[in-house]
Amino acid sequence: MQEFIQYFFSGITNGAIYAVIAIGFSMLYNSTELINFAHGEFVMLGSMCMITFFGSMHLPLIPAIILAIVCVTAAGLLFERLAIRTVKNPEHIVLIIITVGASIFLRGLGMLIWGKDAFSIPPFSSHPPLDIHGAKLLSQSIWIILIFLLTTVGLQLFYKKTLTGKAMEANAISKRAAWIVGIPSRLMVTLAFGLSATMGAVAGVIIAPVTMCSYDMGTMIGLKGFCAAMLGGLGSLWGALIGGFLLGILEAFGVGFVSSGLKDATAFLLLLFILYVRPGGIISSADVKRF
Amino acid sequence: MLRITNLKCYYGRIMAVKGVSLSVKKSQIIALIGANGSGKSTLLEAVCGLLPGWEGDIAFEGASLKGCDPTAVVKKGISLVPEGRLIFPPLSVLDNLKLGAYTMYRKREHALVRQTLEKVLELFPILRQRAKQPAGTLSGGEQQMLAIGRALMSHPRLLLLDEPSMGLAPMIVEKIFQILESLRKDGITILLVEQNAQAALQIADHGYVFETGSVVLQGPASELLADQEVKRAYLGKDYGEFYDD
Repeated sequence: MQEFIQYFFSGITNGAIYAVIAIGFSMLYNSTELINFAHGEFVMLGSMCMITFFGSMHLPLIPAIILAIVCVTAAGLLFERLAIRTVKNPEHIVLIIITVGASIFLRGLGMLIWGKDAFSIPPFSSHPPLDIHGAKLLSQSIWIILIFLLTTVGLQLFYKKTLTGKAMEANAISKRAAWIVGIPSRLMVTLAFGLSATMGAVAGVIIAPVTMCSYDMGTMIGLKGFCAAMLGGLGSLWGALIGGFLLGILEAFGVGFVSSGLKDATAFLLLLFILYVRPGGIISSADVKRF
Repeated sequence: MLRITNLKCYYGRIMAVKGVSLSVKKSQIIALIGANGSGKSTLLEAVCGLLPGWEGDIAFEGASLKGCDPTAVVKKGISLVPEGRLIFPPLSVLDNLKLGAYTMYRKREHALVRQTLEKVLELFPILRQRAKQPAGTLSGGEQQMLAIGRALMSHPRLLLLDEPSMGLAPMIVEKIFQILESLRKDGITILLVEQNAQAALQIADHGYVFETGSVVLQGPASELLADQEVKRAYLGKDYGEFYDD
């Protein structure tokens, strides 16, 4: 029982991270029907910025988090402006290959700035772990889940309550219809890129204390987030949440009860399985219309 | 109010509109009629900025619309009710209407938006009843009303409608056309593209008949209604009746 709870805690911690990354994928896919293969690199940038601001410059926690998120969001906007919008013939396959190129570029940039070493930072606060039925819940796990909740609730409020959020949703439903009512479609796409990068940054910031961060961490974590998004159903917010947590929990149980070699395999086995039985994901966007 | 001179539109290398000129005066209803693929909808798209790369000139209230994107066109006071309605099905009826006022909100005209919303809901009481429902759950006629309501939310002076009667029961078509007439009385100018020529010409002041990208006939609507050629081609009169003459 104690073991079970322990693995469950570790599962939801990872799950929250995967969910945040999956939301970033889903959101961008919704607005542009584009899979951003550089998304993992934005997670890496988030982590590395956090390492710099919190770890080496010793800024207080909250300003460091905000600064890291702002920097990465700016990078996301810059990426859209410089690499995506300038494409003369924006076919999907071209844009997707551009994102692959961007991921290689960002990894290289990360290596030049931070070097090849792996870094870590102390947890956000040094409370002792909570003891629940003999299982330990680390304070950083609580931080991760809190920040995850804050982000998703904030995002949901943005989409449901603000005019800009609704306009983005409308633009995702039908670009042509949005254009006709006078919504500046291009601006909405730029915003989607920015927000998606913000999601990556949030994920990067919260994992910095629980993992070793290096310039090449983005690939694996990005792919895991992608698996989570596919698992839940690309393009759906709830799908991203379900996919993220399912992946996190199954991974933790796989490692705990079967073999630690199974950790990274879980995601891809799940992905193959879901593509085989239900290619649209658990909540396929045909059933539930997007965000 | 709207003056189109020698408009040419292309889809790739195909010329869909071949040098059309027409003019719309304030508070008129103008009907564009003609068969499928005769270039009527293309003309509307060009006016709305949805189809870049047209030649000739389109002037709205004296200013050319060349190079305007759809957002700029909506801001100038032209609103389109597109073919197939193009509402946002998962969003609520109210949200659909509010998004119609996107440009007004951006101009910080919140009071005016509230007023317009009230007016639109008065015009279409059914939308008030359904305000919280997802727009996709409305019937075809209600969706068409929503599309017209959404277009009115941006406070247009010129309303363009693309096939508003398509796929609707005759009774509902009649109702929608009545509403168009009442809008005209409120001072909104209307450019109506229709395949249902009979219904359109009955409320219109002036009509243009399109065929393969050019205007083949134009005149006061009452004259077009009586015209033999129009009757043959668009009012569903049988070839037999003419050959017998």
